[in-house]
Amino acid sequence: MTFVLETRNLTKRFGGIIATDDVSFKLPAGARHALIGPNGAGKTTFVNQLTGVLNPTSGQILFEGQDITNWTVRRRATAGIARTFQINQLFAELTPLESVILAINERENAAHEWFSPLGSRETIVDEACALLDRLTIGDVRDARVGDLPYGKQRLLEIALALAAKPKLLLLDEPAAGVPESEREQILDVVARLPAHVALVLIEHDMHLVFRFAKTISVLVNGALFCEGTAEEIARDPRVRQVYLGEEEVQHG
Amino acid sequence: MLTILFDGVAYGMLLFVLGIGLCVTLGLMNFINLAHGAFAMAGGYLTIVLMNRYGISYYWGLPAAFVFSAALGAILERTLYVHLYNKSHLDQTLFSIGLVFMSMAIVDYFMGANQQTINLPPALDGRINVLGASVGIFRIFTIVICGLLTIALQFIIAKTRFGSRLRAAVDDGRVARGLGINVTTIFALTFAFGSGLAGLGGALSIGIISIDPTFPLKYMIYFLIVISVGGTTTITGPFYASLLLGVADVAGKYYVPEIGGFIIYTIMVAVLILRPQGLFTKGATR
Amino acid sequence: MSGSHDKDLQSASARLLKQSHSRWYEWLFWAVALSLFVIFGDFIPGVPTRLMLLTEIVTLALLALSIDLVLGFAGIVTLGQGAYFGLGAYVAALLAKGGAGTFPMSDPVIGLLIAGLVTGVFGFVTSFLVLRGSDLTRLMVTLGVALILSELANQMRWLTGGADGLNGVMPSAVLGIWEFDLWGRVAYLYSLAVLFICFWLSRRIVNSPFGLSLKAIKNNPLRARAIGVPVNARLVAIYTIAAALAGIAGALLAQTTQSASPDMIAFHRSADGLLILVFGGAGYLYGGLIGAAAFRVMQDVIGNITLQYWQFWLGAVLVALVIFVRNGIIGMMVAGWARLRKGDGQ
Repeated sequence: MTFVLETRNLTKRFGGIIATDDVSFKLPAGARHALIGPNGAGKTTFVNQLTGVLNPTSGQILFEGQDITNWTVRRRATAGIARTFQINQLFAELTPLESVILAINERENAAHEWFSPLGSRETIVDEACALLDRLTIGDVRDARVGDLPYGKQRLLEIALALAAKPKLLLLDEPAAGVPESEREQILDVVARLPAHVALVLIEHDMHLVFRFAKTISVLVNGALFCEGTAEEIARDPRVRQVYLGEEEVQHG
Repeated sequence: MLTILFDGVAYGMLLFVLGIGLCVTLGLMNFINLAHGAFAMAGGYLTIVLMNRYGISYYWGLPAAFVFSAALGAILERTLYVHLYNKSHLDQTLFSIGLVFMSMAIVDYFMGANQQTINLPPALDGRINVLGASVGIFRIFTIVICGLLTIALQFIIAKTRFGSRLRAAVDDGRVARGLGINVTTIFALTFAFGSGLAGLGGALSIGIISIDPTFPLKYMIYFLIVISVGGTTTITGPFYASLLLGVADVAGKYYVPEIGGFIIYTIMVAVLILRPQGLFTKGATR
Repeated sequence: MSGSHDKDLQSASARLLKQSHSRWYEWLFWAVALSLFVIFGDFIPGVPTRLMLLTEIVTLALLALSIDLVLGFAGIVTLGQGAYFGLGAYVAALLAKGGAGTFPMSDPVIGLLIAGLVTGVFGFVTSFLVLRGSDLTRLMVTLGVALILSELANQMRWLTGGADGLNGVMPSAVLGIWEFDLWGRVAYLYSLAVLFICFWLSRRIVNSPFGLSLKAIKNNPLRARAIGVPVNARLVAIYTIAAALAGIAGALLAQTTQSASPDMIAFHRSADGLLILVFGGAGYLYGGLIGAAAFRVMQDVIGNITLQYWQFWLGAVLVALVIFVRNGIIGMMVAGWARLRKGDGQ
């Protein structure tokens, strides 16, 4: 069986601190996977190595069987790895439509065109509009991104990632900070993501995790603590102790 | 040879006193103040006016220059600079270039475009023999004063309560604020103090590098070189950078007058390219 | 939502395209620029000839336009665009002088193209210096490059004439038809035509997919990388284009003033260009053009009283601009227009 993503003994050190500790991890195509763990477990550091923002100290990353450990951010992005950011990383002065068109242009290798005006390729504009509609933000496509309400910005985060037609999508806490009223909208969108895209959800919110994830990995202190199906993890007493226990204490 | 080295060291130490205020304010607030040289010019011209119009001794002119420039710095910081902290580096650059132009025009209007001369006190005039080299007494005077200032600065920063707060604030402004350190006040004080030092340096400059209305623009680039080579997180970095620049500039102008300036600019660009992150960790991570 | 879908889509494409269409006030702008030729071209008795000044404004406008491309659209802070301006001036002057009035070396259009090419290559090489680092590093690197070049221009006496510069630069007739005349009529129309072409090209660039990716890089380089934008390549491209435009601006000035001097490559060129752009408003393309006119006219009026006055007011305007006004003259006009329309609505 081929895997979309595989890491082999991935390790990242910052000085004396081990942020990622010998993580070997496999992800099949179309997976619905969640990466969970307590605060400071190294989830974001792990994602940053997958997308190429950080270089691992040692170990390998494979994407569709190819070693991409030394690839640049851009090369991985064009190969089909997309991500959303925990804290919005958007283009504040562009409109949502322009932002998505930009991403499609890059995918279609049309973004270096400097002479023809924007919007002259109707198929790209159509696709961008359709994508925005699908994510329920078609109504604000000509507004300034910086002026959008937070929930719509979170949706645009996902739209930008989807515009690249990724094979692997890393969602870094997609609903973080979203007010309750707009939350359901985002959960719906996540539920309707294309089935062939392998999905990795980096999440704190256990309701969200158990609603979408079929398989779960638990990261503790940078190392893989355990892996399994959602049911297995939910029943695992050790996980309860390191993670869910913490949650219960917090809520109680 | 030794004379050149001596002149270079004197020049370098002068550059350090002139520029250290800029380094600290840049490190502290990530604020780029290209008008720093204007405060030096203000101190220099004050001393000239005090001496030539009111017959006050040069020795009194030096502290007067410090106080005057520090006061000027404090006033401008509270009235104008305070609006600029949240703006982009571009805005800060434009704003401070604007101040440079205004200061140049004002000095030109009241004092004329010519270089100003003063009669140094007899005790500072003339040359003496040191280790077989003929050295201007004023240069020795400059080295002594700047050396004492450097030691005092190092002491303030390393040993006093204010110094430790300043270091904390330079290190990480946000954390320092969280610890209850009033970064704004520290910055205002540092700004005034740095301006005062620049003013004192300006007063010393009259005897070494001539002073005229183009001073702030001419020396802006020297300050920038000191920053780029020395960094902004310590005061020893800029100190060594100043010495290096002083000696290199004097030697360059003496031995290869045609390409002296060329060498200095090339070094600056090379350092910026090879070690930009290392030198500007604050700016780069923002 | 899906009912009005088709109509919606059409309007989305059309609306995007419409952004790149020219508006009536743009045509008005160029019409005014042309009409100045008639007014100040010594055709009307009693009105002084000011074509030399107008020509200089055109070259400054082109310099500011080139800075707008890198700063206003790609977000690269530069204090060194004067280096390319000056380099272009020297290249054009040397060519015209070397050709001694003969084709092809002294031909002004060929001279412009070669100057643009040379500065473009130099811009391409130096662009790699500004890829990394913060605003401050970029500021200092660009300034450093400009200073090195101006130092070279001063020292390479055998080539550049040192402090005296190159005089008696005589380009041949424009396109072999129009000789440069004493009133500067040909010079003005020629410069204006070049500005128009460069402006039109820049306009296409910023309204294209490439231009959109520049704006994205300016907004958020991290995200731009994450969606696959080759950030460095794009920055190198626009920096190179802008350097070529600045070189053409310098070449224009050298050809129309028939000289090149260290003054054309000095630090104040870079500073002036930046001031002009900020004065007019960065990120609109027209900012540099309007800024150049306002700047140069102000300089002429105030500078005629005394030089210090000019410097003082220039400084004061800068300080006030940064503290009180966003986006220069055009920014104020846009804000005023918006307020007016809001007032109408109520």
